[in-house]
Amino acid sequence: MLLLLQYTLIFASVLMLVALGGCFAERSGVINIGLEGIMVIGALGGALVLKYMPASAGAPVVVISTILVSALFGLLFSLLLAVAAIRFRADQTITGTAMNMLATAAATVAVKAINTAASGGNDVSSDISYTQTKDLLLVRLGNFEFNWFMLVAFVLLVVSYVLLYKTRFGLRLRACGEHPQAADSVGINVHKMRYAGVLISGLLGGLGGIVYITAGVSLWKFENGVAGFGFLALAVMIFGAWHPLKIALASLLFGFLRALGNVYSGFDFLLAMNIPSVVYNMLPYIISLVVLAFTSKKSRAPKAEGIPYDKGSR
Amino acid sequence: MKEKKSLLRNDGFQTLLSSLACILGGLIVGYIVLLIIEPKGAFEAIVAVMKSFLRYPGKLKMKYFGQCLVRTAPLLMCSLSVLFAYKVGMFNIGAAGQYCAGACAALYGALAWNLPWYACIVLAIAAGALLGAIAGALKTACNVNVVISGIMLNWITLYLTNLILGQVKSPSSPYTKSLQGTNPGALIPSLGLGKLFNNEKSVTIAIPLALLMAVVVWVVLNKTKFGYELKATGNNYNAARYCGMKENRNVILTMVIAGGLAAMGAAMLYLTGIEDWETTISSVPGMGFNGIAVAFLGGLSPLGSILSAFFIQYITAGGGNVDLQVYCSQISSLISSLIIYLCAFVAFFKFFLQDSIRKRDEKKLAQSQKGGEG
Repeated sequence: MLLLLQYTLIFASVLMLVALGGCFAERSGVINIGLEGIMVIGALGGALVLKYMPASAGAPVVVISTILVSALFGLLFSLLLAVAAIRFRADQTITGTAMNMLATAAATVAVKAINTAASGGNDVSSDISYTQTKDLLLVRLGNFEFNWFMLVAFVLLVVSYVLLYKTRFGLRLRACGEHPQAADSVGINVHKMRYAGVLISGLLGGLGGIVYITAGVSLWKFENGVAGFGFLALAVMIFGAWHPLKIALASLLFGFLRALGNVYSGFDFLLAMNIPSVVYNMLPYIISLVVLAFTSKKSRAPKAEGIPYDKGSR
Repeated sequence: MKEKKSLLRNDGFQTLLSSLACILGGLIVGYIVLLIIEPKGAFEAIVAVMKSFLRYPGKLKMKYFGQCLVRTAPLLMCSLSVLFAYKVGMFNIGAAGQYCAGACAALYGALAWNLPWYACIVLAIAAGALLGAIAGALKTACNVNVVISGIMLNWITLYLTNLILGQVKSPSSPYTKSLQGTNPGALIPSLGLGKLFNNEKSVTIAIPLALLMAVVVWVVLNKTKFGYELKATGNNYNAARYCGMKENRNVILTMVIAGGLAAMGAAMLYLTGIEDWETTISSVPGMGFNGIAVAFLGGLSPLGSILSAFFIQYITAGGGNVDLQVYCSQISSLISSLIIYLCAFVAFFKFFLQDSIRKRDEKKLAQSQKGGEG
């Protein structure tokens, strides 16, 4: 039971971070389908830190540098979307799709190159392992493994809420996603706001990536990307109606469903039902589809999302 | 007086120009990445990628050429699926899932029910069409964004496919049983086409069939009332409705056709026996996503897709040519994903080109008017 709670919390942290990222981008008016790719790149940055940093550096140093590097990697990668979608008014869906493919390919090429060079051509895998340093992320409270990332996710949730709803910046950001022309007419720089939205989403997405690959495992195969978690986060964002607090609740629900897939064998009555494990993998997607079907009629999506801002249009 | 239009003003030529620019950009960045990994030999590596199967001698070259074509067919079908939906204003990211569904239905029909190849293809199309219909119905009845429902359906279908094809997998490996051994009647016939390619068995009539489908899609979109109605619905949903078109039916029908096309592509690959489905894969096959790349690289024209599908497959096959002791074959996925990323800029590039032409015209006009006064 404790294990289920532990997995629920860590997966919920991942989904919440990434979904909050998506929320910032969309609230500013840019659809970010590329979250999956941003997660991969962020995970790559964090995993490299965990691999090369000596475990003797101490927990605070390792945790903080992992967070900073993966957030930075995600932020830099999201620039690809920001520049294309805001400066060059590119189609945001194509750009995001391309970023997802690019991220997995680039991460695989990078990790393979590192492994190949380090082993003189013997190891051509796309794996990074971080067994020793990973333990520094955890604090054992009895049987429960508390992960520092859970705290980080919670803090960022509060910060996101305050930033979006209690500051001038948040109000302006939201205005750019609803009616950029109106925002522009009162002197808000729409392009700047959208850059801010996308870059924040890169930061949070990258952070989500490293949290995901350190949840439970201590070796990651970068050829697999992040196995659709970025897309699941998009569903969480929509389910959470683009609002930080509702996103938090939605991510708890989806995190719970995802955690069930990991630990269902520990429950006798679930084991007795003899459901194939892929059903647990499918469950979050099916539920989000059903939920979307019931809630999309009255969509709370930002009005201007996905439309490149053109000063001349009415 | 009929004015001769310069080549630069031709829309098709502009598209070609921007597609070539994307390819060039992708290759240059790919080369830079190779240089970063290991400067020595990077040039040979990028040449090996670009030469693809052409680097092999005589007979082997034809064999690999044939295999490249075999994989081009499904890629072309996926790109047709994407562009068909795109012309009707929908982004069919679900092509990847529809492709999965096609593979699932075709292989299950072939291995579990011993159906002949044509029945397997029909079954595959039906499965893809069903998936498309779900996405279309969710859009019209519940207003669910096609991109979002497509993404969710991709993952659901992937897991479902693994579950179903797990029933017909070979006992010793995670792959499905081979068609050759289990049900040779499910292999698409070659009709002597394989002989042209050094007796490569996987070269079948699927290839000309895919080309034919490209032509059919072109005709339907550009030469029929049905295609016109679909495009009208995509351009302006309310106007189409006002004109008495059945707009909801059109949306669903588009997704049904798009789904059928992608799924048919999967049948065209897996029913040649060139590869078996791996029932443990944890990510959606890239074919559907590559279809998006191909569709945009081909300038959203079915005929352009033929060229771009072949090109992307050519580069992908070339990825295996690099010295694997130093580089890795994913360099070609890197290049093709860079190409799609750059494709997103095509609209801007064309806008820029047209804008500069317009400015030049205005200048000329102003000058000639001035000349007239003087």
